[in-house]
Amino acid sequence: MQLQAETKHTEQSEFVSFTVAGQAFCLQITQIREIRRWSPVTVLPHAPADVLGVMNLRGAVIPIYDLSARFGLQQTEASERNVVIVVSVNDKPVGLLAEAVSEIISIDPDDIQETPQVDSRNTMDFIQGIISQNDEMVRIINLKAVISSPEQVAL
Amino acid sequence: MTGSIMDTFFEECEELLEAMDAGLAAIEEGDQDPETVNAVFRAVHSIKGGAGAFGLDELVAFAHNFETVFDDVRSNKLELDEKLIQLLFRASDHLADLVTCARDGGQVDQAHHDVLIAALAEYMSEEEEDLTFEPMGMGAAFDPAPLSAAQEISYDIRFHPLKEMFATGNEPYFLFQALSDLGALSVKLDDSELPGFDAMEDGESYLSWELTLVTGEPRSAIEAVFEFVEGLCELSISADGDVEAEADALAALNAAFGMAPAEEENAVVAPLEQSAPEPVETPAPAEVEVDEAPEVPVEAAADKAPAAKKDAAKTSGPKPTLRVELDRVDRLINAVGELIINHSMLAQQIANLDASDTRDVETELEGFKTLARDIQEGVMAIRAQPVKPLFQRMARIVREASAATGKTAKLVTIGETTEVDKTVIERLADPLTHILRNAVDHGIELPENRAAAGKNPVGEIRLTAAHRSGSVCIEVKDDGAGLNRKKIRQIAIDKGLVPEDVELTDSEIDNLLFLPGFSTAKEISNLSGRGVGLDVVKNAVTALGGRVNISSTPGEGSMFSIILPLTLAVMDGMVVSVAGHTMVVPITAIVETMRGNADMINSLGSDGTLLSIRGSFVPICDVASSLGLRSSSHNEPAGVYLLVETENGDRCALAVDDIHDQRQVVIKSLDGVCGNVPGVSAATILGDGKIAMILDPESIVTASSSAAVFDTDRRMSNAIAS
Repeated sequence: MQLQAETKHTEQSEFVSFTVAGQAFCLQITQIREIRRWSPVTVLPHAPADVLGVMNLRGAVIPIYDLSARFGLQQTEASERNVVIVVSVNDKPVGLLAEAVSEIISIDPDDIQETPQVDSRNTMDFIQGIISQNDEMVRIINLKAVISSPEQVAL
Repeated sequence: MTGSIMDTFFEECEELLEAMDAGLAAIEEGDQDPETVNAVFRAVHSIKGGAGAFGLDELVAFAHNFETVFDDVRSNKLELDEKLIQLLFRASDHLADLVTCARDGGQVDQAHHDVLIAALAEYMSEEEEDLTFEPMGMGAAFDPAPLSAAQEISYDIRFHPLKEMFATGNEPYFLFQALSDLGALSVKLDDSELPGFDAMEDGESYLSWELTLVTGEPRSAIEAVFEFVEGLCELSISADGDVEAEADALAALNAAFGMAPAEEENAVVAPLEQSAPEPVETPAPAEVEVDEAPEVPVEAAADKAPAAKKDAAKTSGPKPTLRVELDRVDRLINAVGELIINHSMLAQQIANLDASDTRDVETELEGFKTLARDIQEGVMAIRAQPVKPLFQRMARIVREASAATGKTAKLVTIGETTEVDKTVIERLADPLTHILRNAVDHGIELPENRAAAGKNPVGEIRLTAAHRSGSVCIEVKDDGAGLNRKKIRQIAIDKGLVPEDVELTDSEIDNLLFLPGFSTAKEISNLSGRGVGLDVVKNAVTALGGRVNISSTPGEGSMFSIILPLTLAVMDGMVVSVAGHTMVVPITAIVETMRGNADMINSLGSDGTLLSIRGSFVPICDVASSLGLRSSSHNEPAGVYLLVETENGDRCALAVDDIHDQRQVVIKSLDGVCGNVPGVSAATILGDGKIAMILDPESIVTASSSAAVFDTDRRMSNAIAS
C-alpha cells in the first residue's frame, strides 16, 4: 500500500533529513509516522547494542533502535536534544534514535544518485541512494534493510 | 442478508452439535433419562429444520435418517446398546462434518456417508413409514401443508400481459399450462380491447384472459406461477368461498405471526383477502413448526409457535444468552486496560502532589481502583468460557484416532466446567489434538499387548482441567506404555539434536520430544507424526504465555501438562527494582518475600550462594546479573529476596534491590516488538507511563541453575553492553 504510494510519487519526492553520528541521513516523508523528543527507554535484557529498549507510544510498546550503532558508528549518547523518529515497518511502529532532525528536502527522483560502490556490505545494504543537498551528501536509508524484522534483529 | 441468516444458522448448528455431543456422552455414561434423549433428538431435529430452510439437501437427508433412528430410541422401540451408541457417535461426527461442508464448501467422504446411512437404515423400524414424521422447515424444500388444503377453492384470475412481457420472451400458454397442473383450469380470452385491424399497433398487447382455477393449492402457489412475469402483466387473483371466515382466520394468523395485515396485502392486488396465509412468507424463525392439520383451529397454531421456540431455547442452554461480536469485547478489554493504567498514573500524580491532605482523594481513588477491578473481572468473565466444548471435540479426536490405529481408547474428561479465556480455548484446540493423537498413536498399546501386560484392554486417556493458583492447568494422562527413553535418546542422537556422549536425565530426555525436527514416527502415519513434532505444541502453548511439561513412567503411561495464565490481559504483579530498573514479578509465582542479612547467605562452591530460610537452604538467583544488567555477582546481603517456586517444585530465592508496590498490571505482549527475551515474559506500562518488564521467574531460575552456556552468553552480552 505504502510502497505503491511511494512509487507513484514520481514528480517530487519529499525527504526528511536528520543527522546520525554527525552524518546526514534521510527517510522518505511518507515512511515517517511521527517525530518525538527522546525520553529514557526501558532497557531490554540481553539486547544487542543497537537495540536501546522499548518505549511507550500511547499505550503501545515499541522498540527503539540506535541508528548510529546499527550503521556501525559509535553509539549515540542519548540526551534530551535527541529525537526518536517513529517509522512503520511491516505495519509495526519502530522508533529510531537520531541526533537531530534537519529539514525537509524536496527533490526530483531523477536527481537521486546511486550509492557508489564501497567496500562495506552493510553500508551498501542500508543506503539505497544519495542526494546532494547544498553540497552536502545526504544518505537515503533503506528502512527495510535496517529493520529487516524486529524478531530477527533482537535475536 | 441471506448470508447473515446462514451465519446465524451455522452458529446455532455449532451449539446444537455441542448439545448433541453432550447428550450422547451422557447416554454413553448410562444416562437413560428421556429428557437427555429428547435433547439430542431436538438438536438433530433443529439442525435438520434449519438445513431444510437453506436447501442443504444432503444434510437434511442425513439428519432425517439420524433423527428417525433416534425417534425410535425416544419411543423405546430401540434398545440403546453399545453398538448403537457407537453408531450414533459416528453419525453425530458425520453430521458435524456435513455442517462444516455446507458452511465452508468442500466434499464429505461419500463412501463413509453411504456406510453410515446404511448402518442407520438397519436400525430403522419397519413401520417407520407409517409414523409419517413430517419434516418441519420453512423453505421450498418442504411444502408446509396449507391451512386450506381440505377445501378446494375457486380462484378467479384476470391476466393481462403487457407488451414488455412478450418482449422478454414469456409465453402465456406456458403459464396456463403450469396453472392447469394445480387444478381444474378454464380459460376465457378477453379480446374486447382489440382495436380494429387498421388501428392495431405492431408489438402492442391487446389481449387479456380470464381464468378460473379450482384448486386445493394455496394462493401463493398461483402467485409462484406468475412470479417470472411479475411487473410485466396486470394480474389480479380473487377467490370465492367463505370470504368472511377466511378473513378472520387471516387476521388471527397474522396476529400469531406478529405481522400486520397490511403487509400481506402488498403481495397481491386482489381486492379481497382470501389467501391461505403461509408461514413461508413470514419472517418466522426456523423453529416455528407448522404442520397443523387444516382443521386445527388457528388459535392452536398461535399457541404452537411460541412452544416450538421455547423448545429451541431449551436445547441451546438453560440460561438466556447474548451473542456478541468478539471484537466488541476486545475493545472493552483494551479500554479497561487503559483505565487501569490511567488509575495508576493518577495515583502517582496525586502522590507527587504538593498537597497537605490527600486522604480524601486517596479514599476515592481506592474506590476507583475497586471499580476498575470489578469491571475488569466482569469483562474477563465475558471472555471466559468453560472448556467443555473443547473437551467434547477431543472425544471425537480420540474416537477417530482409535479407529484409525485399531486401538481401543476411552477419553475421560474431568473439570469440564473450568473456565478459560476464549482465545486460550481456541488456540488450545490444535495442541490438544496433537497431544491426544500422540497419546493414542504412541501411548496406548494395542489391545492384545495391553491384555498381555495385565491391563484393561481399553486404554484410558484422562483429560483434566483445573485452576491452580492463578493459572489453568490442563493435563493429558494416558495409561499406555510410557515413553521409550532409550529410543528417544537414540533418535535425538541420530538426528543430530544432541551430542552422542551427553548425559541426560530422564526428564531431559522426555523434553527432547519438544525439540523441532523430532518425530518418533518411523513412517509418516496418517494420524500423528506428519513430520511436525511436539515442538508445534510447545510453540502454541508458549505463544499463550504458558508452559508444557511431560512426565512418564515406563509401563504406566505418560502425562502432558499444560500450564496457562488465567487471563491474557491483566495480572497482579509485585513491582520491584533491579539494578535501577523497575520490573514486575507475577504475584502468583511468589511464595514469600523477605529482607536478607549477611547471616542468611551461605556460599556453596566457587560462586553458588544459598539463602537459609528457617533451617532450609535455597539457591539464590541474582535477577540483575541473570538479566545481564549488572556484571558482578551480587555480594550485598541487604537485598530483598523473593522466594519463588517453579513448576516442578524447586524453590529459588530471587534477589532484587527493593520492593515498591503490589498492583494490577496490564500485560503488553512483546511479540513482534523484540522477539523472545530470556527471563522476560512480557511488558507493562506503569503509572508514570514508563514501560516495565514482567519477569518470568521460571526461566530466570532455569537459566541460572543450569547451562553454563547461558553464563558465557550473558557475559558476552555484558561485554557488548558496556
